[in-house]
Amino acid sequence: MTAQLRAPGWYRAGAFVVGGVLFAAALVTIVRLAYGFSNPFDGSDGWDSHWQNAVLIVALLGAPLFFFVGLGAFDYWFYWAAGRPTRPEDHSSHGAHSWRDYFRVNTDHKVIGIQYVVTSFFFMLVGGLLAMLVRAELAAPGSQFVDANAYNGLFSVHASLMIFLFIIPVFAGLANYVLPLMIGAPDMAFPRLNALSYWMLPVGGAMMTASFFAPGGSFATGWTAYAPLSTSVPIGQLFFTIGVQFAGASSIATALNFLVTIITMRAPGMSFWRMPLLVWANFSTSLLVVIATPFIAASQFFVLLDYALGFNFFVPERAGDVLMYQHVFWFYSHPAVYIMMLPGFGIISEVLSVKARKPIFGYRMMAFSLLAIVLLGFTVWAHHMFVSGMQSWIRIPMMVTTAIIAVPTGIKIFSWLATLWRGVLHLDTPMLFALGFLTMFTLGGISGVMLAMLPITIHVSDTYFIVAHIHYVLYGGSLFTIFAGVYYWFPKMTGRMFDDRLGRLHFWLTFISFNLTFGPMHVIGIQGMPRRVADYPEQFATWNLFISLASFVLGLSTLIFVFNMVRSWRTGARAEANPWRGMTLEWQVSSPPPIFNFDRVPTVVGGPYEYGVPGAVHGIFQPAEVAAREPAVAAGETSRE
Amino acid sequence: MGSEEITATEESRSHFRQLLAIGAIASVLGVTLGLLIDWFPTQASEQAETVDTVWDVLIIASVPVFVLVMTVVLYCVWRYRMKPGEELKDGPPIHGNTRLEIVWTAIPAILLVGLCSYSYVALTDIEEAKADSLEVRVVGEQFTWTFHYKGPGGKDVASPQLYVPRGRPVKFTVQSRDVIHDFWVPAFRMKIDAVPGIDTHLRITPKTNGEYPVVCAELCGLGHAVMRQTAHVVDRAEFDRWLQERAAGAEGGGGGEETGGGGAAPDGKAVFNEAGCGGCHKLADAGTTGGTGPDLDEGLKGKDQAFIRESIVDPSADVTEGFSDGIMPPNFGDTLQPAELDALVKYLAEVTK
Repeated sequence: MTAQLRAPGWYRAGAFVVGGVLFAAALVTIVRLAYGFSNPFDGSDGWDSHWQNAVLIVALLGAPLFFFVGLGAFDYWFYWAAGRPTRPEDHSSHGAHSWRDYFRVNTDHKVIGIQYVVTSFFFMLVGGLLAMLVRAELAAPGSQFVDANAYNGLFSVHASLMIFLFIIPVFAGLANYVLPLMIGAPDMAFPRLNALSYWMLPVGGAMMTASFFAPGGSFATGWTAYAPLSTSVPIGQLFFTIGVQFAGASSIATALNFLVTIITMRAPGMSFWRMPLLVWANFSTSLLVVIATPFIAASQFFVLLDYALGFNFFVPERAGDVLMYQHVFWFYSHPAVYIMMLPGFGIISEVLSVKARKPIFGYRMMAFSLLAIVLLGFTVWAHHMFVSGMQSWIRIPMMVTTAIIAVPTGIKIFSWLATLWRGVLHLDTPMLFALGFLTMFTLGGISGVMLAMLPITIHVSDTYFIVAHIHYVLYGGSLFTIFAGVYYWFPKMTGRMFDDRLGRLHFWLTFISFNLTFGPMHVIGIQGMPRRVADYPEQFATWNLFISLASFVLGLSTLIFVFNMVRSWRTGARAEANPWRGMTLEWQVSSPPPIFNFDRVPTVVGGPYEYGVPGAVHGIFQPAEVAAREPAVAAGETSRE
Repeated sequence: MGSEEITATEESRSHFRQLLAIGAIASVLGVTLGLLIDWFPTQASEQAETVDTVWDVLIIASVPVFVLVMTVVLYCVWRYRMKPGEELKDGPPIHGNTRLEIVWTAIPAILLVGLCSYSYVALTDIEEAKADSLEVRVVGEQFTWTFHYKGPGGKDVASPQLYVPRGRPVKFTVQSRDVIHDFWVPAFRMKIDAVPGIDTHLRITPKTNGEYPVVCAELCGLGHAVMRQTAHVVDRAEFDRWLQERAAGAEGGGGGEETGGGGAAPDGKAVFNEAGCGGCHKLADAGTTGGTGPDLDEGLKGKDQAFIRESIVDPSADVTEGFSDGIMPPNFGDTLQPAELDALVKYLAEVTK
């Protein structure tokens, strides 16, 4: 037992968490006594609620750090800092040999990628369940299953989990797995940091989910947590405020890792203009994350300080500024929309090109438009505040930049369409989701342009029109790309083929019920139904019942996906190295790839999407000089790999 | 090889023409459908006309874009899907076309700048400051709106109901006492946040008589969903009479003043409905079914008038088990006139005996 508690792992992590909570309690008690506050144990019945809340806050901040140490995320660094022997070439924490290896600190990007994807899909199912409860409550006017507080908690936790624990990290997970393979690198640049950024994620997610057990209920102020509402509600709010810090730190660390990996670890010959667009997309996304994410951290620290320590950031009577919260929050959260979309653009470019058997149309413009979106993405945040009461002149430039951002997005859409033109379309599951994305994201983009137009947005902001728009871009947009990506790389990641028939069933059921669920929301929004309401007038009853029924089908369709993934992973047919006949490097190694990705360092000799070009190769597995001497051998080598 | 390429190009051209024809027909159908749908609630303000026209323009501009994408996707699926025997075939290696790329960068840019300019013109139109505006101060708090008017002699007149005269421009000054709310009357098409610490403004010109919901559109806590009241657009004469009576009622505090227009004492049931009690409370006599607050038929059974009065004026004094404190607005003692409060208490005591 002692040995187990000393070795890094779950036992030690558990012990450390208990230690962390006790530490928080001790610290709070000492500080409160020093400041002359009441002794927590004096209370006649139970503990003093101020003391209890203070302990909770300090524990939320501190216990996760104890958890990481206990789990072993810092072991190597501690050994190094203490001057004790480290083992730089020790790869014992690399690779996975049994399922248990996915539950420990692992430095292999392929293991971390799968940890990321599975964890985020877990939280997606939790968030989806919450959405089902939301729709159950909304199926009829009045109050049926939950009271107002619980309802506000349901949609708040739903949105927070879907954004911070699903869409953002699942893209990081897919890229974690695929990106080093695509650029011909053996791993990410900082494998231990990579492991740490993964482990921060479940901590943030557990915190948000656990908020339902907080005294006074979960956080219930939406994922936007506008002050001063968020500084005046029960303690559950802090589970969001602090949970976001961990999800955000995870996000920043991963983005730094991607940037360094992409800049320094590309294989010989892999110039920027030979990088697959998924790599470009993650490069752009990582720039956004690194620049923008500190802003949401700041906005939540403001809330924390106001809430816990009586600061006055958002107290107008004490010269606080309520609108400041929104500016800081949206300066992250608008770019976050692109953080949730650009990696998906990358996935779609991979899938469409391979499945249409054609080079991506206008490769350079595809890359430039990503960078244009990064740049423009920082100039539009206040369009979330068109009715917030900020100075009115700023609305005009924000309207124009918001509309203009549709231009680079349009370039991408049209280039994808041109990629399809005259191709040979393989209409299997990844391709169906990619095409579904193209059409649904266009619709979401169009309602986005409508929302840029001030006379319309004044009427429809904070209504179900917004709910419809956000789900068309994040479900029909991001989630469809995620499905496309997961199906597309499933053979590579698991070494098994998925069931394509079930996959297509999943697509059609999802596609239809998605439209039936979110399409009508445009209508009820314009007619005057505000969002985030537990109850609504009779006039919206029919549509809401319809939407709820459709949403239950949508929920069920996700279970088909889960069933397909689980069954195929266990018993699916073995996948070949390159089932899709893709040219990018990840398809040139076995499925799943060898422990260090490439037994020989690849050399990149051409573009990533040269489909239809006779004799074209992207990468070869011998030095370029040799290949130049014996081109035929080189090409043969590649196809055999 | 050469002749094959020529036929391929010709085939591609004919496909393209086919595609254009299908797209054009689908666009016309789509736009027609988009314009036929009755999207909006009643136009109760002059601003609503402008907003609804902007919407129509957006439909005309955007439906063809969606139809274009949809048509190309479906057409490609139909024409270019892999046929048996093509498993190993690749498409033609087309890497791009600079002219095409310039076109699809420039046309959307021009279209969007055009839409922005048009929206800007429409915005200046709907937000134009007009002379002789009626000033109404709107105060939001958890979870109710109070509307303040300048009564005769410049005295402040408060009301839980919004009354505005038809045809006279109204300037709302919106404030909040606690958290952020959002003052929205969907029939007017305009909304603005009520922000603690600052005044925000909104202008409309009522156009159509009627009763329209006033909605809080910004999440403000537990009672957000039930923070709904009613806006009445009435003729000018009727508005003036209403304001006079309201001012007199607030001043005198006696039961003798007229409130409805004819009867002597206010009708308790009417007060119950007007103050929006039924939004949250179930009461069989009034036919309301709200479930946010306690069921009054049960909760008030056998209670005396003093208890009922206290529960209205100070909701926190005795909170029914299973319900949260702080949802019911604590200011009914201020917004209801004394006579109205008396009538409401009497009514509730009678119907819940």
